[in-house]
Amino acid sequence: MLSKKRKAYIGTMKLAMYVSTSLTATLVIFLVAYVFIKGIPHISWELLSTKPSYITGNIGILPDILNTLYIVIATLIFVIPLGVGAAIYLTEYAKNKRLVGMIEYAAETLSGIPSIIYGLVGMLFFCQFLGFKTSLLAGSLTLVIMNLPTVMRTTQESLKTVPQSYRDGAFGLGAGKWRVIRTVVLPGCVDGVITGCILSIGRILGESAALLFTAGFAHALNGFFEGLTSPGASLTVALYVYAKEQGEFGVAFAIAAILMILTLLINFSATLVSRYFAKKREL
Amino acid sequence: MSDIMTAKDLNLWYDKTQALKNVNITIPEKSITAFIGPSGCGKSTFLKTLNRMNDLIPTVKITGEVCYNGQNIYDSIVDVNELRREIGMVFQKPNPFPMSIYDNIAYGPRTHGIKSKVKLDEIVEQSLRDAAIWDEVKDRLKKNALGMSGGQQQRLCIARALAVKPKILLMDEPTSALDPISTSRIEELAIELKKSYTIVIVTHNMQQAVRISDNTAFFLLGELIEYGETEKLFSQPVDKRTEDYITGRFG
Repeated sequence: MLSKKRKAYIGTMKLAMYVSTSLTATLVIFLVAYVFIKGIPHISWELLSTKPSYITGNIGILPDILNTLYIVIATLIFVIPLGVGAAIYLTEYAKNKRLVGMIEYAAETLSGIPSIIYGLVGMLFFCQFLGFKTSLLAGSLTLVIMNLPTVMRTTQESLKTVPQSYRDGAFGLGAGKWRVIRTVVLPGCVDGVITGCILSIGRILGESAALLFTAGFAHALNGFFEGLTSPGASLTVALYVYAKEQGEFGVAFAIAAILMILTLLINFSATLVSRYFAKKREL
Repeated sequence: MSDIMTAKDLNLWYDKTQALKNVNITIPEKSITAFIGPSGCGKSTFLKTLNRMNDLIPTVKITGEVCYNGQNIYDSIVDVNELRREIGMVFQKPNPFPMSIYDNIAYGPRTHGIKSKVKLDEIVEQSLRDAAIWDEVKDRLKKNALGMSGGQQQRLCIARALAVKPKILLMDEPTSALDPISTSRIEELAIELKKSYTIVIVTHNMQQAVRISDNTAFFLLGELIEYGETEKLFSQPVDKRTEDYITGRFG
């Protein structure tokens, strides 16, 4: 038999657990629901497919959608080879364990720095020192630095999950180091690498502070290469501009809803990818 | 029988711990040589020096010589990849790659530049036949190798090693993770293979050494204590320590 005191203790603890769980869940649900209720009525085909004009008073976010897409593409083009390459070097080639430890520590610190600081450095270095001006390219490069540690660390972790026995088997057949990495190690951890990249797409989508300084606020409709060299607002920056400077809260919430949906989709696809590969490996 | 491998005054350190002490041995061609000894005696370490798998561990330091067909394999002119092609290895735990059975076997030949589909097909079939597993897998060559049983996986690994046409096959306790039936199949296979290959096998199982090997080497604490014909070593050991070990007094 449990004593009364003990029973009361267990009961209180259980209650506290339920309260904190439901609080957390309610907060998330409330946030999502609030954004959707406020935002979805304002999403229209016109909003999604036009550009804003001060003359007609039209508000459209097509340029912002495209800018976001350009930034994501440009950032990934740089960050994937750099991050994956660095991870391969650090886990497979580097002999100096202390140096590797230092670089890993630096990368971890780097990923904890507030993004506005990246924005400030990006503005001074890319926009002014390298002369890129305020442009999507400057913004993307800033995001490259910001996401490099994440991509590098997730790739490193997944490289480490490939069993040493695979490597031994391949080396034992007379395969060279690069061939072993290319044909045995990388295919064995490609899901981790892809998941890392998808998650960093999420971070790119959600970034605003670093882009405010570096990519600007323009809403011009541009092609990819033209867009990279000119200033432009991403969806998050546009959200800020519409809410804070033009008082268009309807549009801001519409953008918020779109971003929320995109984030959900991205997380969902990350799960799908890792599940697909896990299944493939089990066969 | 001529000697295919010789070790001369071989010493090996892991960092500051000496794992092999002045090992001298000659391994005759087309025979089975067994290495026995208690855990941590250096037999697996020594096996790995024969095709330089120890290179993969950064803290290893080696002095002395290992000669393969008269050439010191630790000489800087030796191409390690080519050396490992000629001196293949089968590991303690079956380690097929997570790809199809076909691709597993074709991995080695592809590594060494064979691209022709016809030729690869031929090598895959021949290697699987040589490893006595062809009949079991011929209908599912495109299936993932990880779906096979442990014993089949190990024979697949042997076939994979044979596919690059090695001269020597190093086996590091190849049956320690397998059931008795799979074990006896691998042993039969080893006896069959020694007609065309030189086999060096590390084993924990003394009966296995007696059953399949021509020569046996007994290692203890990094030293080669006794080496000779298997029958003689087990019936009339010269060294007291060998006798104690094979009669089960320690180990």
